[in-house]
Parts: sequence; C-alpha cells; structure tokens
Amino acid sequence: MYKEIRLSGTGGQGLILAGLILAEAAGVYDGHEVIQTQSYGPEARGGASRAEVIISDNVIDFPKVTSPDIVLVMSQQACDRYGSQVKQGGIILVDDTNVSSLPTIEGASVVTLPITEIARHDVGRQVVANVVALGALVGVTDIATPKAMEQAILSRVPKGTEELNMKAFNVGLERGREARAKHETP
Amino acid sequence: MHSKTDTRLMQGNEACAEGAIAAGMRFFAGYPITPSTEIAEELAALLPKVGGKFLQMEDEIASISAVIGASLTGAKSMTATSGPGFSLKQESIGFAAIAEIPCVIVNVMRAGPSTGVPTAPSQADVMQARWGTHGDHPVVVLCPTSVAETYTLIVEAFNISERWRIPVIFLMDEVIAHMREKVTIPDSSQLRIVDRARPTCKPEDYLPFDADAGDGVVPPMADFGTGYRYHLTGLTHDKTGFPTGKRPEVDTLIRRLYSKMDKAKQEVTFVDEVLIEDADVAVFAYGITARAGAKAVRDARAEGISAGLVRTKTLWPFPDEHVERIASTVRAIVVPEMNMGQLVHEVERASKGKTKVVSLTRVDAEPISPDEILSALKEV
Repeated sequence: MYKEIRLSGTGGQGLILAGLILAEAAGVYDGHEVIQTQSYGPEARGGASRAEVIISDNVIDFPKVTSPDIVLVMSQQACDRYGSQVKQGGIILVDDTNVSSLPTIEGASVVTLPITEIARHDVGRQVVANVVALGALVGVTDIATPKAMEQAILSRVPKGTEELNMKAFNVGLERGREARAKHETP
Repeated sequence: MHSKTDTRLMQGNEACAEGAIAAGMRFFAGYPITPSTEIAEELAALLPKVGGKFLQMEDEIASISAVIGASLTGAKSMTATSGPGFSLKQESIGFAAIAEIPCVIVNVMRAGPSTGVPTAPSQADVMQARWGTHGDHPVVVLCPTSVAETYTLIVEAFNISERWRIPVIFLMDEVIAHMREKVTIPDSSQLRIVDRARPTCKPEDYLPFDADAGDGVVPPMADFGTGYRYHLTGLTHDKTGFPTGKRPEVDTLIRRLYSKMDKAKQEVTFVDEVLIEDADVAVFAYGITARAGAKAVRDARAEGISAGLVRTKTLWPFPDEHVERIASTVRAIVVPEMNMGQLVHEVERASKGKTKVVSLTRVDAEPISPDEILSALKEV
C-alpha cells in the first residue's frame, strides 16, 4: 500500500490536527509507515492551510505529497487550488457547506457531503467539523480502521471533549459510508 | 497527550526537545519564533518535570546570554530560534567560541533574508551557521534528515559540545521540524552521553585555559559556584583567563581552538552513503533535500541510471575526505539545495576538479522534489 492524502481548507478549521490524528491512527495503531507534513500561512485564522499524510507499507523517502490518492477540500479556495490535483482513480471529498463551485475532473470520483453543516446541526458544534471530516474520509475510503481512528482521536483531543469528538467521528463515518454506497450504485 | 508505547508519532521539533533532555540538557532559554516554537513549548512543559529550568527571555540576545551563563554553572544548555533570531545571537556565539563554553543553538531555517516567509522552508543559513559570528572560530554544524534522527543527532550535538567545549549549531529545516513520523524512542541505556571534563586540581591551582591540564587541546572546565574562581572574557586571553595582547599568546589560542577541530573531525563527521559503490552519478544533499535525493536515486535506478546518494548530517566541518573519494569514482555530483547554492562551493572545493559538480537550486519556499533531482541526474 502507498497512499497520499491531502487535507485542505482554511486556517482554524483544524486540518493540521486532523492530519495528525489520521497519521497517528494509520501509523501507531494500524501499524503502517506514515509521515504527516503541513503547510500554512502566518495567520492564526484564515489563510490557506493544508495537512498531508502518506501511508505506506515501506519506508517513505520523500515526505511531501506529489500526486494524492485522496483529497479533502473544506473551502472554495482549497477546492480551486487542489480540487483538480488528484491521481487517476482517486477520490475528492468536498465539504459543500463551504464549496459551491465543485471540481470538474475526469478519472476521479467527487463525493460531496455538507461536513461543516453536519458538525453544526447533527453533532451540535461546528468546531468538530475536522473530526466529522475524518469520519467521512474513513467511511468513503477505508484509509484507516475505525478502531485505530478512535484510539488516535482519544489520545489527541482536549480533555473533556472526548465524547463530542467521538460523536463527530461516528456521525461522519456513517454519512461517509452512505455517500459511498450511493456513489457506487448511482 | 502521548501514547504509552515507545513508538509514537512525533514531530521534528518534539524530537529535538526530548532528545535534548535525553542528552542531559537541563537549561533552556529562548524567545519563541516560527518554525522553532514547538521546541520551546515542549521544553516549557518537560523541563520542570526533570528538575530543569525553562526561561522565556525578552529577546534572542538575552536567550543566548542566559544559555552561556547557565553552561558556566555546569548545566547542559540550549536555545532554539529561526533566521532572524539566529542573526541576533551571532555576537554571543562568538563569545561562546572564544571562551570555549559548551552550548547548543538550534536554528530551524525558514525562508529569508530578514523576516522572509516565516512559515516556509529554506536551507539558506548554511554559511551563516559556519561564519555568522566574526573572527576565526571552530564550530560544528549538524543537520538531521528525519524525526528519528533529530532525536539521536541532538544527543550527539550535546556530546560534541561538551567533549570539545565548543558551541554546536543544530540546523534543521522547517519540513523536518514540523513533519511527524513514527519514532521508536531509544532506551536511555542505548544512548552514549558525554559530560565535559572538570578540573581535578585544587581550586587555588586552577588555570581555566590550560589545555595541558586536560588532553592537550581542551582545558578542563570548572563549574561557577564550586570554589574554582576564574576570570572570563571575550578578549583574547592566556591560560589564566585574563586578557592578553602578546602576539605568541594570541597565536597560541587561535591555533589551539582550530586544533580541537582537527582532532575532533572524524568523531563529529556523520555521513551516510547509499548505493554509492557502483554509482556513476551521485547526489550530495542534507536535511529534507536528502529525502528527495533518496527517492530520486531509487527512481533513477528504476530507469537504469546508476545513481547514488551522499547524505551528510555534518555540514561543518565539511566532510572533505568523503567528497574527494566519491568525486574520483563518479562522473558527476548533483548538489540540490533550498538556497542559491551554498554547500555546493564546498563540494566543488573538495572535489578538486575530479568530477563535474552541478548545483540545483530552489528558492520559492517549497522543498525540492524528487523529480527535479531525477531530471538533473538525467541531464548530467
């Protein structure tokens, strides 16, 4: 296995934490080789932000994503910039709460879910949109096991928010699986 | 926060902080700056738990000054910064050099000059690390290529600093500093830890800069506050530590400082050679660029090009012997750097005209990709 994953959006959406959780789940708990890198601007909120994760069964030489298999876009800016950069046969998961103009790309699947809206209404807090996104990503792609994700989430989120974050993950996971089923049987 | 197992996902800056503690570092003074900030954050949390001290100072100059003072009391000491702060620290690094004060200065390089692009990677401080402070002075500069290596190499940085009584610059790039990899923390019994030589004579007989009381090049160092009183100055000094302008004594001091490096060179030179034996062309790289180099070399081999990689973790003293030997066996050496070409001049010098040396530069604040290096390997 060799998979490149790019999580992109806006500073403050928690994408770097999401990347860290995904990498920890796949690396420490699922036992793969893993690298997580990031790129962000000097702003604490706003500005482009992206986290990248490579999951492999072999030693990873170069840590940066060059041709992603899976892309998450959580802002229009990120969608415009990264929405077309995906490997043939790859998957783009779009948070259509924040993205109105969808990516048009041949040879890749575009899956849309209102991730931020789900966090706000179904989970109750917009701040956990990043963890809803992780759930959805696992639901759509099986990139990590839900068990490993749970362990990583519980080890990384602030004390007192475990229940909220697990709810966010599970809601995201369910919606991701539904979206995948719908996508596979149009 | 961390998982209980020995294997965990760790950031380069975290590995730097935890490795320093494993090396015995118990005093940190700093002024946080991106992309080095997590080192200060980690140490603020960790140092008090091991009986150490963390000080956030008013600026970078105060930070290196506090580090020098703490080292004089016997504590292994460190500061961490990035380009703008590293520039401010230069004068005091010179003081540490002439007064032979062990200390480790971490510089996580970011795109410059000046405030540049604060969150973006660069490798443009290679020459500054060697020659940033004025005057002839020995210095060791180490540069890790992975998170795991950051942990073990910072331990070596302290060992070298203590053994040879010199400031050691630990030069990281932003990618290594911020990326997270799976790391298995070595057990403390697996680490070699070196402490500075201390005087064995009576306090009244102590000559603070008498190398003959030690191994002939490094004078034993007394801890301030233990009864060994001595004078310390940035002026050129004699064995007593008091200033001297006598020509033979000035000459003796500078030559002794340099002789330390002659003696230390082999011990402080860390170079990995990958697929070099049968290589026709070589990549010479360090830091994150060496990771791109490793991939490029593998990709080149897959396309039938006999490429090899020289990955140096010691930038200064420059590994002349390695480069000269490899220069005599390969057709060309490609030197990718995230600057306008700095260490490539050393590769050219050390190659002595025995091979073609090609500089590959990138300064748009993005890392050099494996494909760029592969293209260069195909062209040479």
